[in-house]
Amino acid sequence: MQHYSGFGLVKHALTYHENWQRAWRNPTPKKKYDIVIVGGGGHGLATAYYLAKEHGITNVAVVEKGWLGGGNTARNTTIVRSNYLWDEAAWLYEHAMKLWEGLSQDLNYNVMYSQRGVMNLGHTLQDMRDIHRRVNANRLNGIDGEVLDVKQIQEIVPIMDLSKNTRYPVMGASWQPRGGVARHDAVAWGFARGADALGVDMLQQTEVTGIRKNGNKVVGVETNRGFIAADTVGVVTAGNSGVLAKMAGFQLPIESHPLQALVSEPMKPILDTVVMSNKVHGYVSQSDKGDLVIGAGIDGYNGYGQRGSYATIEHTLQAIVEMFPIFSRVRMNRQWGGIVDTCPDACPIISATPVGGLFFNCGWGTGGFKATPGSGNVFAATLAAGKAHPLAAPFSIDRFISGKLIDEHGAAGVAH
Amino acid sequence: MLHIYCPHCAETREEEEFRPKGEAHIARPVEPEATSDEDWGNYLFFRKNPRGLHHELWYHAAGCRKFFNVTRDTVSYQIHETYKVGQKPSVTADKGAAK
Ligand SMILES: Cc1cc2nc3c(=O)[nH]c(=O)nc-3n(C[C@H](O)[C@H](O)[C@H](O)COP(=O)(O)OP(=O)(O)OC[C@H]3O[C@@H](n4cnc5c(N)ncnc54)[C@H](O)[C@@H]3O)c2cc1C
Ligand SMILES: [Zn+2]
Repeated sequence: MQHYSGFGLVKHALTYHENWQRAWRNPTPKKKYDIVIVGGGGHGLATAYYLAKEHGITNVAVVEKGWLGGGNTARNTTIVRSNYLWDEAAWLYEHAMKLWEGLSQDLNYNVMYSQRGVMNLGHTLQDMRDIHRRVNANRLNGIDGEVLDVKQIQEIVPIMDLSKNTRYPVMGASWQPRGGVARHDAVAWGFARGADALGVDMLQQTEVTGIRKNGNKVVGVETNRGFIAADTVGVVTAGNSGVLAKMAGFQLPIESHPLQALVSEPMKPILDTVVMSNKVHGYVSQSDKGDLVIGAGIDGYNGYGQRGSYATIEHTLQAIVEMFPIFSRVRMNRQWGGIVDTCPDACPIISATPVGGLFFNCGWGTGGFKATPGSGNVFAATLAAGKAHPLAAPFSIDRFISGKLIDEHGAAGVAH
Repeated sequence: MLHIYCPHCAETREEEEFRPKGEAHIARPVEPEATSDEDWGNYLFFRKNPRGLHHELWYHAAGCRKFFNVTRDTVSYQIHETYKVGQKPSVTADKGAAK
């Protein structure tokens, strides 16, 4: 692997940047791999990277129907935080947060993780009680968090309307300084490049069309480029997980919904943190390019169309303008949708399945980008050992039978 | 914006008047006490979530406030039919979408 550095940049400038090595190969599929990962989003690529790096399993393929990172990984609004309420979720997301903090160094790839802080606003007494409870729970788990009053919010975000004249006046906020945003493409590309260098095959434009079983044991995947054998298959296909489960002959407690986002025209720096509100239902940050990155809740109907309804966009922008009247005349440049895999308890499924050797990592819904390195890390350990990593164990699919749900609707909600 | 025909109001109205309520035709187990954990879990949480034709429940929240069913394609979002609760869909995956 070609090492990236400032010196390298200067060196390649001398040849007009025409001699950079490709970041990953484009191999033809082998007949058999030790492990096949279906889905080349951030989570699948991270899984492959940690399989090779931490478990020495390099005879691995990532099978992706489109291009690497072209699913929700490329469509999300990149908010990263770990302030979840329940221990199981907090530990999992904090595991990811710790990996984020060293990720650019580890991958030798700048993922632009910017710890600019994430603020979750409270607009009612109940919001404030929940915020106090969540921040206290976070601190007991060793996760940074503070409760801010209105004056403290105003110091951090002077442009927010914190007067009493709004329909839902802001009463306070939770604040996680270590949270922030990262460059989504770079995360996919960095993991892909790292995994490729360790020998993993990236098979793009290779769609899985069936899951072949022998009795109740997986033996490989059917694809548009032929059958690929593997005794262990990890499925990481986000919004399409239900389709893959159907191929394998079972159902998931998951529904696929469109989730939309928008970016504005670029502007001078005006907002240097992430602001989210569950109550008025919207969130916003400003990218390094200067555009406002805006999102809110899902479209309520099931959908695979990677687009949603205009009414949802209108509600999203109403919420943003309620918080930031100063943005009322900012023009929006682009709008798009991704298909998110929502779970009844707003927590992921990282689990063995009724089919031997077949594992699923899905259900991240509206908020899985922040977990990318942690999810890949624990899923790799799960695939390598054939049994759940301790941090993944509570996220087994069995919880929907036993009733031991991990209800994160409060910490997730609109807040991705 | 979806335009949805409410079979109760007998009118086509804009999506914003309605609320989607997920998969239709899910029968509550007749004897909850005698239902196994697995069947109860299936009833509560597990869904078909198809890529294609979906029979789903909608609520005319800002209209007649009644529930009804919709057969809709989850990729094109095209609505093939709406029908009252208790009735059966005429467009199904095996019968194919009527053109
Ligand atoms: C608008 C929007 C905003 C979001 N904002 C945030 C946020 O601010 N913070 C946050 O933490 N999360 C956010 N999320 C959620 C986050 O994007 C996802 O949880 C996360 O990116 C999922 O990663 P993944 O790798 O599992 O899925 P994906 O990136 O979707 O990858 C799945 C891959 O599987 C492939 N695939 C599917 N079917 C097949 C098949 N049959 N064969 C081969 N390949 C297949 C797809 O092509 C895709 O590339 C947001 C999502 C959206 C849509
Ligand atoms: Zn009606």
